[in-house]
Formats: sequence, structure tokens, C-alpha cells
Amino acid sequence: MYVAVKGGEAAIANAHRLLADRRRGDRAVPALRLDQIVEQLALGVDRVMAEGSLYDKELAALAILQARGDLIEAIFLVRAYRTTLPRFGYSRPIDTAEMQIERRVSATYKDLPGGQLLGPTFDYTHRLLDPALATGDVEEPVVRPSIDERAPRVTDLLGHEGLIEPDMHEAQDDIGDLTREPLEFPVNRDLRLQALARGDEGFLLALGYSTQRGYGRSHPFVGEIRIGEVDVELDVPELGFAVSLGRIRVTECQMVNKFKGNAKVPPQFTRGYGLVFGQAERKAMAMSLVDRSLRARELGEDVDHPAQDEEFVIAHSDNVQSTGFVEHLKLPHYVDFQGELGLVREMRAEHTGLSDTLPLAGRDGEGGEAHSERAAPPLPASPARGEVPDGANGGIEGLTSAEAAE
Amino acid sequence: MISPAANPADQPRQAAMAVLSHAAPARLAALWAGWPDKPGHHRVRGPETGLVMVRGRAGGGGNPFNLGEATVTRATVRLATGEVGHAYCLGRDGDKAMTAALFDALFQRDPARIEAEVLAPLRAEQVAADARRRDETAATRVDFFTMVRGDD
Repeated sequence: MYVAVKGGEAAIANAHRLLADRRRGDRAVPALRLDQIVEQLALGVDRVMAEGSLYDKELAALAILQARGDLIEAIFLVRAYRTTLPRFGYSRPIDTAEMQIERRVSATYKDLPGGQLLGPTFDYTHRLLDPALATGDVEEPVVRPSIDERAPRVTDLLGHEGLIEPDMHEAQDDIGDLTREPLEFPVNRDLRLQALARGDEGFLLALGYSTQRGYGRSHPFVGEIRIGEVDVELDVPELGFAVSLGRIRVTECQMVNKFKGNAKVPPQFTRGYGLVFGQAERKAMAMSLVDRSLRARELGEDVDHPAQDEEFVIAHSDNVQSTGFVEHLKLPHYVDFQGELGLVREMRAEHTGLSDTLPLAGRDGEGGEAHSERAAPPLPASPARGEVPDGANGGIEGLTSAEAAE
Repeated sequence: MISPAANPADQPRQAAMAVLSHAAPARLAALWAGWPDKPGHHRVRGPETGLVMVRGRAGGGGNPFNLGEATVTRATVRLATGEVGHAYCLGRDGDKAMTAALFDALFQRDPARIEAEVLAPLRAEQVAADARRRDETAATRVDFFTMVRGDD
């Protein structure tokens, strides 16, 4: 039950004005422009696009600015924005084999067609802070005539011996879309990959790490990481052919994992896959580790570690959902708490063995909380002694609208 | 890399639309501003911004899945002479989509002129920019060499 009370409007309005002031900061410092964020905080922009699940650099930059650099808040803003736009359709699957490559490395094969291309990487830097960066000019990059050589995906090269699991092609008339239908477990790999691609980098990183430390060992090798731009094509009915919409940058990780085989499948390398908007190597690697560990059931492995538990991983990978539920705890729960207070008072009385048990506190305030884990055994409703009547709690209950938004 | 249209007659237009959608908004605006005899036209649809769900394939070449959405702006125009032009471009730039749709319509009337004055210069810039990026990347290619072995 939610109780309508008013108040706090002026406090909220003033808080938001204060937020705007603090966001802008010292007026003597020039204001950030969106193009500066796009160009110079590019990987932050990429993370907001990936986890916001919306490829639009300017929007992601605006979200970062509005969120004062809080990337999860920025992701939340982007997710909210996308609900205001109509859906034109589904693209053709992007072809990462035809990528305009900006980085491509393999940890499994030294010499491979197309070569090892380090690109703009943090690898091999010494992680020493560089004070000159804030002021210095930057040299133009070195160029070297590129060889016109195809760079096939490593997993396509290695499939030949049959030692690496090939890509699966099944007739699929229905590709899951978690933005359209609520998730119901178990889910197929298409929905898992969609959820992982927009999942929280930190959460997936920790889960991927857990598989390396022994919680669901999967013996991984990076078959290949590639970063670069791919064409996005959309079939347009009024034209009768696919239109190229432009190019987006993506990061792809092919993880290959030693697999001891099962009754049906001989020993081989199985694969985990990561594909993420933007330049997001850590995320793509973590995604591929988790994708592989979530294939445990399919590959007949025991499911006894968190990273193998599909419902645990997918239900907790979305940082907008996570932050919504964690952060809602700070919104007014005055009535709920009054109910819990009465309950604890009663339990305390029983615990200490008092014979004159206190009358039960009313718990009507609990009704609005739709969270099963908070559900307590129903108590007979009886007038509380010394309790304020339900819904008439004192104090500054000005924020009830937020509570009702749960 | 563009999947060629099933009907070969559509392929030149498909390629032209790709050059237009890949162009920077400022470049299209400049080319349109410099276009001497702007045709009479009216808007049939848009420009309007929406979303396209971008798909990938599991493992790179396997079953498709939904990767995430991208903003797309589309526009449709009809010239006074009857040709209908369409544009679909990544991003939220309505002016770019309008200009691309106009050039698409003009391409149907006079493909040789659009090719010479719009597409060829844009394509040259795009090819040069891609080549520049490839050459920058190529400079980071690892040249392995074998250390001299200790045994003789």
C-alpha cells in the first residue's frame, strides 16, 4: 500500500538546481564540449554505448556529461532515451570477417594471414602516469604501406583439422530479443549473447576471472581479438535490397577452450564468443569466458559454479536493473520500516521470554513491496500499541512519488 | 563490404546509397550547397530518427543474435520530375538524410552526373581515409624474428 503524502517539491527542485551547478563546476574552467568527450574519452563513450545497448557516440557523450562521468548513470540515461524511438527493423548480421581492422592479435598462433596488428593498445605500456599529457602535443602516428592481405577469423582458419568446434548453423525462425519479451529461463545462446553484450563489464570481468581461478575451469586461450569497423546493412522493403547504413566499431573475441569431450563429442577445443560495441577488449574477453562457461549444460558439464549458472549470471548482469534495485533502497520506506520495527519488537519480546507479549504491530505498509525475499509470515492485523496509525507516519514524507515508482 | 542486391540493375543505386550514408554530414552539406540547379522536391517521409537492432553471429559466423541497437535516420523525397529518393543513415542527422535522399533521387535521373560530381569525390575521400587507417595499423604489425639459437 502506498500512502499519498505531499511535500519535498521545493527540496527536490533545489537539489536538481544544485546538481546542475556542481555538474558545471568552477565557471572559470571552460565547459566540456560533446566532441571533446567523443574524441578524448572515447573508451568511456564506447562503454556507455555497449552497456546502454545503443550505438550513438554523441548521445553517449551527452549522457556522460549529464551524469557527471558516472558511467552507470549515463548508461541508464541512454537506456531511457532508446525507449522514445521507434524500431525500424533488424539489421543483417554484421560480418566481422570483413572488418576494417584496427587491432588484431592471436595468442594461439604467431604467424597467421593478416598478421598480428597491435593497434592503439594499452598493452606493453608501463602504466606510468604521464604529466606531459595534459599539455603536450602529440606526434602523428607512423604509417607503413599495408599489405593487401585478407585477415580471416582465426577460428575459421583452424577449423580444418576438426580440433576446434565449428560455428553452428541452425535454421532459426525466431531470434530472441530481450528488449521485446521478458526473459524466461532457460534461455538459448542467442539471448544469452544479447544479455552479455549489454551486461556490466565489471560483473562479467569478475565472473570470467572466477572461471580462471577454478570456479568452473575452462582452460581458455585467446584465439583472436579483433577491433575495427564493420558495415551495418538493413533490408529495406520499399527498395527491395539491403542498404548500407554506415559503419560501426566493434570488438570481437574468440576464446578457445580445451574440452575433454563427452559421450557424443570427441576431445577438442570448444569456443566462447564475445562481441561488443566500440573498442572494449576487456569486456569482449570477459564475455567470451562467460559465454563458454554458460554452455556447460549444452556440453554436458556439471553446473556447480556461479559463472556456469545461467539464471544467476543473466539475471544479475544488467547494471541498470541492478542499480535500480539496489538504489531504490534509499528511497522512502517509512511505512515498511514501521511494520518491520513492530515485527522485530515482537520477536525481541518472545526472545527475551517476556510473558506479557506486546500486541502485534500492524504491517499494512508491507503490501507495496513486491519483493518475495522480504515477505514475512502474515501477522494478524491488530491495532498497534503506541504505534502511529498506518499511513500517518510523522516526519517529512515528501518523496512518496519515488516510492510508488518501484 | 555490402551484400549485393539480388537484382543486378539495383546494384549501382545500392552502391551509391552506401557512399552517401558513409559520408560525413558536413561533406554532403557542402556538396548540396554547391549544387547549382537544385530541383524542386517535396518530403514524402521524414527525416525521422529511429532504431535498428544490429545483429551479430555467434562465433562470428554462426547463428544470429541481437547485439544492440543503433540510431538511424531515414528520409524519403520526391522530385518535381517524379523520382523518389530514399536515405537510411546511422545517427540522428536529419539534414544528412534529406541531402542523401535528394542525391539518391537525382542519381536515378542522371547517374553519370551524380557519379562524377558527388559519388566519385566522396568515394575517393573514403578510400583514402580507410587506406590511411590501414597504413597506421600496419605500422603496428609485429615482425617476428628468430633469436640465434645457442647450439651450432
